Amino acid sequence: MIAPPKPDLVTVNIDGREIAVPKGTNVIEAARLVNVDVPHYCYHPKLTIVGNCRMCLIEMGMPAVDPATKAPIMDPATGKQKINWIPRPQIGCGTNVSPGLHVKTTSPMVKDAREGVMEFLLINHPLDCPICDQAGECKLQEQSTGYGRGYSRFVEQKNVKPKRTQLGPRVTLDDERCILCSRCIRFSKEIAKDDVLGFIDRGSYSTLTCFPGKQLTNNYSLNTVDICPVGALTSTDFRFKMRVWFLKQTNSLDTESSVGANTVVWSREGQIYRITPRRNDEVNDTWMADSGRELFKTLRAADRLTAVKVNGADSGLDLAANAAADLFKAYAGAIAVVGSARSTVEEQFLTKKLAVALNAPTQLVSRVGPGDTLLISADRNPNVRGALVTGLIAALPAQTLPALAASVDAGKTRVIVSVGEDLAAAGLTAAQLAKVAVVYLGTHANATSAVAKVVLPTLAVFEKNGTLVNQQFRLQKFAKAVPAPAGATDDLIVLAKLAAAAGASVPSDLGSLWKLLAAEVPGLGPITYANLPETGLLLDATPFAALPFVEGETLHYKPVAPAVAVATA
Amino acid sequence: MNLKPTTLTQIDEVITHYPTKRSATLPLLHLIQEDVGYIPEGAIEWIATKLELEPINVYEVVTFYPMFRQKPIGRRHIKVCRTLSCALLGGYKTCEQFEKEFNTHRGEVSPDGEVTVDFVECLASCGTAPVVLIDDDLHEKVDCAKAKQLSAQIKAEAKKR
Repeated sequence: MIAPPKPDLVTVNIDGREIAVPKGTNVIEAARLVNVDVPHYCYHPKLTIVGNCRMCLIEMGMPAVDPATKAPIMDPATGKQKINWIPRPQIGCGTNVSPGLHVKTTSPMVKDAREGVMEFLLINHPLDCPICDQAGECKLQEQSTGYGRGYSRFVEQKNVKPKRTQLGPRVTLDDERCILCSRCIRFSKEIAKDDVLGFIDRGSYSTLTCFPGKQLTNNYSLNTVDICPVGALTSTDFRFKMRVWFLKQTNSLDTESSVGANTVVWSREGQIYRITPRRNDEVNDTWMADSGRELFKTLRAADRLTAVKVNGADSGLDLAANAAADLFKAYAGAIAVVGSARSTVEEQFLTKKLAVALNAPTQLVSRVGPGDTLLISADRNPNVRGALVTGLIAALPAQTLPALAASVDAGKTRVIVSVGEDLAAAGLTAAQLAKVAVVYLGTHANATSAVAKVVLPTLAVFEKNGTLVNQQFRLQKFAKAVPAPAGATDDLIVLAKLAAAAGASVPSDLGSLWKLLAAEVPGLGPITYANLPETGLLLDATPFAALPFVEGETLHYKPVAPAVAVATA
Repeated sequence: MNLKPTTLTQIDEVITHYPTKRSATLPLLHLIQEDVGYIPEGAIEWIATKLELEPINVYEVVTFYPMFRQKPIGRRHIKVCRTLSCALLGGYKTCEQFEKEFNTHRGEVSPDGEVTVDFVECLASCGTAPVVLIDDDLHEKVDCAKAKQLSAQIKAEAKKR
């Protein structure tokens, strides 16, 4: 194995502190490494640099050398090399580090420059912070407190611009608040590859808009709201709903595909208000799809399962477990388990324990859709890799279950335990479903829960803790954001009860489960739920290299050709 | 949008002048405005397709320059200078005289469709203020009397047609 080359390090001096940073780093990022804040609006680490907001002005200088001999010029007062300071401020975002670069971020010149920029930005900015959605997470608000002059000299009339333009189905624009940083324009062009935004009427009346007749409709439009440093771009859904400082932030994951974009769930008093992306440079950078932000809307839907049912009548968890135990005993040897690639790693591990205890064949249902080459992959199940790692399955699942259907027709399968999978959607006919007794665990009602003998309501991803393995074989964890509705029980507890009904004793809490997982599943060695980093951990993918995964290329993921194909090449 | 064949040839030729197609945005807008008199509806999309851009990229350019018009103007374009030297020597009165003569307001097409009077920034002939540009001809020291005379001339030519 070849060691990766060390990045070229460059030593720079920021506010008197020396630091070695990789070549090509700009001053804002270098300063971040020594915990110095260089205020900025237009600069975004994942977008191109345009340097148009001028907020990141800094004072910079280089060590002095004699022009003729190139010998360093020493300062007799300090005994150190003299620094030639550039007499005018420079932008930090557009200045890359060079050896010996000296930067001042607190000098009077920098303070003056920042106050000047802030004053200009605030001239036409409305004073509507009390009703602005961005208040509390607004860079303009924070930086006018931190770096502004504190009072206004402006006595003229402010500009009037459009206040509520619908840029698209999910984004509303307040043009008066816009500070023309152009982050949204660059995002649309560079990341979403849908160049619809632009500034028209440049000058005092510069206005952000789409071309007449076009809209910001792409599935990544809400990222423009996230990166807007002010309250100009707002989410039509979240607008005027809740002050951000009341919201609790919980780290979560986007479960709509195997990309596993990292997210933050914002909730208050058991209600989720919005979902935003969380930076993970290995998975989703700072982006996520709009569709993933709406996943919480089904939590309180009318078809949510909230009552344990046995033979269609309301029951209790233990009674239902007993009913399941009776079924397991009566039809021993004629039981099948349909696990789920939407379950967490822990749940899949327990599903496997249950299947082993029942001596039942296990299958999963695959979901495939078109990938968008960015953050939605072709595999719409978030955790197929987890089922492989835990050994729940050995081969990739199919979209339908013909073998199970045939076995039902032949009378060989009389009981099916389904973990959240709608068997009707997986290809079983109503007649086939009528022939078997179904034990159904799930969150929402469907054709299978309607005919199931035993219905056990479980939790959605926002209501529980767990881990998922994404397409890169990265084990990532998510945490419980809101409490579950009354009547629904944690999947782990339900699965442990079913396993107990089948005669196996397994723990149902994450702490004990991970001890078991670490001991029994190869590759999960010293990991526990608690010590898993927030950005995830890459697992060894080599045992599964031969499997033909369905994903195409997405951000930070290139499909590897199956090992078989490599061997023949 | 119906462009003359000569304009189309010019457009195809001018695109080859630049290393990237995008750079031809401004020349194309000029050529179309010279041909049609303004930037008609559909022209922006047409240019965007021609130069492999998004329409918003061209729209940004059109709205930046006040000399690109998105609405038709009169048969003749009267531009009266409004900047300092001309303003001091009676440019405002000159402009009002033209408006009165053609029964119109600045920025609008006169009712007979003959002229559009515009009050514009410096025409760079401060020594002979106030100055007026009628189409491509510069008229110097245009006081109210001369404005009347120029208007009469335009009206006479219009009658002949």
